[in-house]
Amino acid sequence: MITLTVNGKAHQLEVDPETPLLYVLRGELALNGAKFGCGLGQCGACTVMIDGVAVNSCVTPVGTLQGRRVVTVEGLGTSGQVGRLAQAFIDEQAAQCGYCIAGMIMRAQALLEHNPAPSDTEIRTHMEPNLCRCGTHVRIFRAIRRASETLRHASTPQGEMFP
Amino acid sequence: MTAPDSLSPSRRSFLLGGGALLVSFSLPPPPAMAEETGEPKLPGSLQRYRQLDSWIRIDDRGVITVFTGKCELGQGIKTALLQVAAEELGVTPESLHLITADTALTPNEGYTAGSHSMQDSGTAIRHAAAQARSLLIGTAAARLSVSIDRLKAQDGAVVADDGRRLGFGALVKDKELHVAADGRSVLTDAAHYRVIGKRVDRVDIPAKVSGGPAFVHDLRLPGMLHARVVRPPSYHATLLRIDTTPIAKMPGVRAVHRDGNYLAVIAEREYQAVTAMHALGKAAAWNETPSLPEPDRIFDWLATQPAEPVPVLAGSGHLTGGLNILEATYRRAYQMHASIGPSCAVAQFKNGQLTVWTHSQGVFPLREAIAELVQLPAARVRCIQVDGSGCYGHNGADDAGADAALLAMALAGRPVRVQWTREQENAWEPYGSAMITKAHAALGPEGRITAWDYSVRSCTHATRAGPAGNLLPAWLLARPSTPARPRPLPLPEGGGHRNAAPIYSIPDARVTYEFVPAMPLRVSALRSLGGYMNIFSIESFIDELAQAAKADPVDFRLRHLEDSRARAVIKEAADRFGWADYRRQQDHGHGFAFARYKNLAAYLALAVEVEVDRTSRRVRLKRAVAAVDCGEAVNPDGIENQIQGGILQSASWTLHERVAFDNTRITSRDWSSYPILRFSEIPDEIQVHVVNQPGAPFLGTGEAAQGPTAAAIANAIAAATGTRLRDIPLTLP
Repeated sequence: MITLTVNGKAHQLEVDPETPLLYVLRGELALNGAKFGCGLGQCGACTVMIDGVAVNSCVTPVGTLQGRRVVTVEGLGTSGQVGRLAQAFIDEQAAQCGYCIAGMIMRAQALLEHNPAPSDTEIRTHMEPNLCRCGTHVRIFRAIRRASETLRHASTPQGEMFP
Repeated sequence: MTAPDSLSPSRRSFLLGGGALLVSFSLPPPPAMAEETGEPKLPGSLQRYRQLDSWIRIDDRGVITVFTGKCELGQGIKTALLQVAAEELGVTPESLHLITADTALTPNEGYTAGSHSMQDSGTAIRHAAAQARSLLIGTAAARLSVSIDRLKAQDGAVVADDGRRLGFGALVKDKELHVAADGRSVLTDAAHYRVIGKRVDRVDIPAKVSGGPAFVHDLRLPGMLHARVVRPPSYHATLLRIDTTPIAKMPGVRAVHRDGNYLAVIAEREYQAVTAMHALGKAAAWNETPSLPEPDRIFDWLATQPAEPVPVLAGSGHLTGGLNILEATYRRAYQMHASIGPSCAVAQFKNGQLTVWTHSQGVFPLREAIAELVQLPAARVRCIQVDGSGCYGHNGADDAGADAALLAMALAGRPVRVQWTREQENAWEPYGSAMITKAHAALGPEGRITAWDYSVRSCTHATRAGPAGNLLPAWLLARPSTPARPRPLPLPEGGGHRNAAPIYSIPDARVTYEFVPAMPLRVSALRSLGGYMNIFSIESFIDELAQAAKADPVDFRLRHLEDSRARAVIKEAADRFGWADYRRQQDHGHGFAFARYKNLAAYLALAVEVEVDRTSRRVRLKRAVAAVDCGEAVNPDGIENQIQGGILQSASWTLHERVAFDNTRITSRDWSSYPILRFSEIPDEIQVHVVNQPGAPFLGTGEAAQGPTAAAIANAIAAATGTRLRDIPLTLP
């Protein structure tokens, strides 16, 4: 039995500890955000945050996550009430097929939580592991930049900007 | 806007079974053979589906549902089609439901390919919606005893100038829309547009940015099982032996399926299927034979294969008239679609009926192929399109649909979901063919091209499903089907010869396509087909000719072009880029290219700047400025998004991509062996200027940028370094 905390909620799970987190998220927890892209940690479609760090869930055994905080894109908002970063992606219409986007958002979220005002180079470098095949990169970049500016101009404390 | 109907089985079953609530619900008729019956030609796909309610239905509560046979592939087609319908019906796009390709519900519009969706489906829906509006207004006029010029359609009702209104639901009681389309309705005048030509946010994006169910990968049907296939290590490998007994006993495994060289496992949970797949793969012993050409000599192989000549332009081929004769050969490696999400499908065989949820580009042809594969009548097979990862042409989607169908038939009752691995997608998807082009031209004394001789050689660009033998799983079965013999796609759109004819005014031009029927590597349609390579070649060669003529590349193009729309996008791109004032910095260069996609669709010109790092020999696309005319622009932001994406994807193809193989196996099996463009390389800026043509026909957008981008990059590299690169992927010496 493994206790896994996802988006603030603890789950008791009867799974093989070797199971990659991705399959637990998509299977046992029926979450859609993290996507299967390669199963090799090479594309970032499965990106989630673990203790605030962007991680490829397809190569992270669930047995290593006892007592750690997993956040998926579902933890940032819903399609009815999207999170701030997701809203920036909508404002920039930063998706084509959209398959990579939840992973992009999670990697960007991890950046902005630690560095609310990244430089252009910091954004590019941080996003380097995540692949997009439709060529939406420029819009994704703009969405991250937009979210960062929202954050900078907001009066609320940083922690509330990005739940 | 509306919830994604494609992932809402309840909405679809309502539509399928709830005929009483719908106006004159009827399954789409078989394609009417208007050509034979002498009926008038109707716009777009109305020609084939000539009943209004094949496209638009309104129930007695006034709920409006729009039907299209086209698929959302990430190009934003759902939103653009809703805009068109909303404009003509006088409603908001948010108020409409949309059903995309589904063999039980929608018109058969073939494949969603060739940048045809707005032309075919957008045009049909627009005319159907305009006629529906005028019928509703006519009925309201009779009921209210007022003349039609005192009525308008507004927010789901017909409203009279005295304030009386009748809801659409009340007006459709007399089966108003079960009538033949006439194609004669007056379309909304561009001066009164509310929705067309405006940015409308894509309807599918909110779910995609928030983890909502959005993709076929996200379907979770009650009792669904998970399957994985095990593919042979190479195209022609045969299974020598396997003991499946231990795998069948693994936790959660419900079945191990073997049929000839076809292997799969079906399990309760997904990771159980993954684990069993690995065990099955290890247990299999294969016999492999080298069947691929020597990779280092692939272009020699292609050049010497027997080919069928296909004439494109019948010029003389004589180049004696010119002062200056130029010749060049260009080559392009095999390249792959490489969708970020490997192919996936869900199927269920229940009560004699097979249902397949698929991200196919063509559910109707896929239904035929699957019916043949599993030996069911087509009427017993239903294929429903659900969004997938971007496909960019014929990738593994249809094959995964066939996998799901085979396994659902093997384990009748419960739904079966099949997810391909990255390695399977890369090794088995059909690639864009390797290509060779040879260009030869004569320049006259006034710096004009006087004669042109061009040939293009490639394997096929079309092996889509239709016949079951074009489905990969069919090759592996104990009683295999073999692929249909490849044929060249017909002109004017063409396959390998797409855009092979130069668009420029040249008095004597000969163009030939040398179609190679052999197919050692599996190939099919990759975004823009031969257009990418032909435009790359022609637009590179035009720059070489301009240089020989000591002419500015933009002026040189304009010198050979009369089409005012072509000239307009070229001038727009050049002006917005600042072409005339460009000052070259060290290790930088600028390049230009233009094409009209298929020589009959969207016009696109772009200027780019590249930055060359001579130490690492890397090229970065630093800046791109494009101008595009795709006729009437329905959603300008959607067009911009498509063109930006096309530019970046083409930059990735052009600078990085080549399918690697040895003489037996495909070796580009993951992202390290098939690298694509990453964030560190993205341009500082991509501008897209949409040259709108209100009231003009839709020309399509999706593929317009592929070819011009490649040539503009090559031209910019030549300007930066003095080196002309003619082999894709472009590699600095």
